[in-house]
Amino acid sequence: MRAIGIVLAGGTSNRMGLLARKRAVAAMPVAGSYRCIDFVLSNMFNSHIQRVAVCTQYNARSLNQHLNSSKWWDFGRKQGGLYILPPTVTMDNNSWYRGTADAIYQNIEFVNESHEPYVIIASGDCVYKADFNKMLESHIQNKADITVAYTNLKAGQDDPTRFGVLTMDENKRIRGFEEKPVVTNNMTINAGIYIFRRRLLLELLERADSESRFDLVQDIIVRYRETKRIFGYELHGYWNNIATMDSYYKTNMDFLNRDVRDYFFGDYAGIYSKVEDQPPAKYNPGASMKNALVSSGCIVNGTVENSLLFRKVYVGNGCVVRNSIIMNDVYISDNTVIENCIVESKATLRPNSTYQGEDGSVRIVVEENERYS
Amino acid sequence: MIKKEMIAMLLAGGQGSRLGLLTANICKPAIAFGGKYRIIDFPLSNCINSGVDTVGVLTQYRHLRLNSHIGIGIPWDLDRNHGGVTLLPPYEKNGSSDWYTGTANAVYQNLEYIEKYNPEYVLILGGDHIYKMDYEVMLDFHKSKGAAATIACMHVPWEEASRFGVVIADSTGNISEFEEKPQNPSSNLASMGIYIFKWDVLREALVTLKDQPGCDFGKHIIPYVQEKTHSCYAYDFNGYWKDVGTLGSYWQANMELLDIVPDFNLYEEFWKIYTNNDIIKPQYFGEDAHIDKCIIGDGAEINGTVESSVIGAGAVIEKGAEVRNSIVMQNSVIGSGTKLDKAIIAESVKIGSNCVIGTGDYAVNVYNPKVYAFDLATIADNSVIPDGIIIGRNTAVSGETVLSDYMDGELPAGHVIIKAGDM
Repeated sequence: MRAIGIVLAGGTSNRMGLLARKRAVAAMPVAGSYRCIDFVLSNMFNSHIQRVAVCTQYNARSLNQHLNSSKWWDFGRKQGGLYILPPTVTMDNNSWYRGTADAIYQNIEFVNESHEPYVIIASGDCVYKADFNKMLESHIQNKADITVAYTNLKAGQDDPTRFGVLTMDENKRIRGFEEKPVVTNNMTINAGIYIFRRRLLLELLERADSESRFDLVQDIIVRYRETKRIFGYELHGYWNNIATMDSYYKTNMDFLNRDVRDYFFGDYAGIYSKVEDQPPAKYNPGASMKNALVSSGCIVNGTVENSLLFRKVYVGNGCVVRNSIIMNDVYISDNTVIENCIVESKATLRPNSTYQGEDGSVRIVVEENERYS
Repeated sequence: MIKKEMIAMLLAGGQGSRLGLLTANICKPAIAFGGKYRIIDFPLSNCINSGVDTVGVLTQYRHLRLNSHIGIGIPWDLDRNHGGVTLLPPYEKNGSSDWYTGTANAVYQNLEYIEKYNPEYVLILGGDHIYKMDYEVMLDFHKSKGAAATIACMHVPWEEASRFGVVIADSTGNISEFEEKPQNPSSNLASMGIYIFKWDVLREALVTLKDQPGCDFGKHIIPYVQEKTHSCYAYDFNGYWKDVGTLGSYWQANMELLDIVPDFNLYEEFWKIYTNNDIIKPQYFGEDAHIDKCIIGDGAEINGTVESSVIGAGAVIEKGAEVRNSIVMQNSVIGSGTKLDKAIIAESVKIGSNCVIGTGDYAVNVYNPKVYAFDLATIADNSVIPDGIIIGRNTAVSGETVLSDYMDGELPAGHVIIKAGDM
């Protein structure tokens, strides 16, 4: 492969509400058996990228636990590997990552010591499938300095003002780039995947640092959009960023849709994840399942409709779970009703209780009761 | 020099002919179990959970799927710099090159492997039982008795004792006598086929009996060691242990997992069973799914009715299909409107729509009445069954069948269609 990969997984989001307390966005569980970062890592592996670094910073414990071995994505190779890069104190530096560019700059040896001519930088909080080789081909064909993947948001899919919106000329060269505009009707947004020539990246990072600029988008891409050849590359197919509670909920619910499941799990290029060795799911008398996605280790005695059960969820007798996401290792005691909720992992819900999200908004349930009293 | 206190030799070379067509293309230890596992996962997981990190797996009969399942042992943490899992098929030698002619002969032919680890003790395991057992506790027993050999035993119902090798032991566990499948058993303490030997004792026995045709642990090695040392002990095991050597017991063991609190509980955090998962995506239930009492593997898609059944990973139950009292293994597809009752559907089988499998009256199987009994309909892996076929009880089908293979679209009870596989 002609590129190395860098995954930006250090971020949090205040729009995730309580869910952000436990973990970085990239470590959010998605689609029952996965975590968000699995999608970008699998894309990297499926694109035959062999050296991949993951920059972590915000609450990385859960993420580190997930990345405890590079085996799961088949990166543990002599030629290549998976590198976890948290901020470190050195002779010249004692600050946290002050931005995305700084995160890479602080690990500039990783980029410097590689031999591959290109660098693919991707954020860890998006759910999509992409062949980075195709994007690289377009980068080479355009003789681009930088290529930015973009996607066209569909009406109602997400709010464009939380992304960077871009305008391009007929050759796909980026002419306008506005980061998080106050208002916009431009639905063409930055999908958070960038290709740089490695030498150019080194040069731009050095320069940004010497000017005390730390953000990859604002201080490199937006700043150099006139003087460097920066091109757009359209990402076809499913793409969603999960960094708000609404989009997290919607993205998960999308997996109840057969087309979405087939798109991610049906074809050859699969999505890989850490194996958790849970037994198969078990359904006792009284269980009723309609339009539900269930992961291994669950035991169900009640009713589950239009919902996702992540790993090792216990649903007691007489429970009703509707339009909800139940994260890993949740214990729902008998006769409890849950509607329009996201139940945080390891929660224990008391019997005969009711949790309901208001119409059109999702409620986050965090319950730290004694499980076996 | 590397030294391991105890290493395990896992006997996984047998065909398991009493499982009929299920072993047409794969050896018994590689057969799927419980919606996710393969039989060999149980002894392998027991090994690593007991701290035994060096396991030689003796393979012979159709071992491709077993080999690809085990790989380098990653799922069981048996990928080690020193030790780990090693697949040991028969190999060519100067002069006499033999297949493994018996269980002990297989170990004898791999003396070199064992000596490499210079163990104190050798654990001999079979690849055909479902159980959780701490071999370290058994080793402690073995050491405390200073035994030459220890045999794991358990009390079985008297009426079943004649199916097993039984041992007669005193209150300290010292064995005085063996009876192999006795007509009138004088003990109900049955050997589980799990042995710990002092390595020097076993080595001497293997070398002395090397010319014994079909040299077997139960028949030759244990009696020889007993005769010589009078230091064979019975280790009394209390726990779930299930032989899955026949279609009936295989089916029964799967069905027992469905109890609300099963005797064999896979859901305990302690003593996990590991396996090589190639399917990790979640399972999906459609709008028309109807389920009651079942176990369903990852990635399965359920759009029909499933009752009292074990469904393997990636299996698809289409709309209107009804699966009852059955085992459907991974990646098999049950067509719409098809009804299964007491059927064992092996891996990657395609069953068309509106079939009825497992129906009608009892009839003795004409092909092999001992194997195809228990009222089960058995469909071998990679088989295809066209739309609208009716298949009776005590039947077996293998291969890609077409309508003309059936008489009036029916396979009557007690009949078989074999178009593929070693039978």
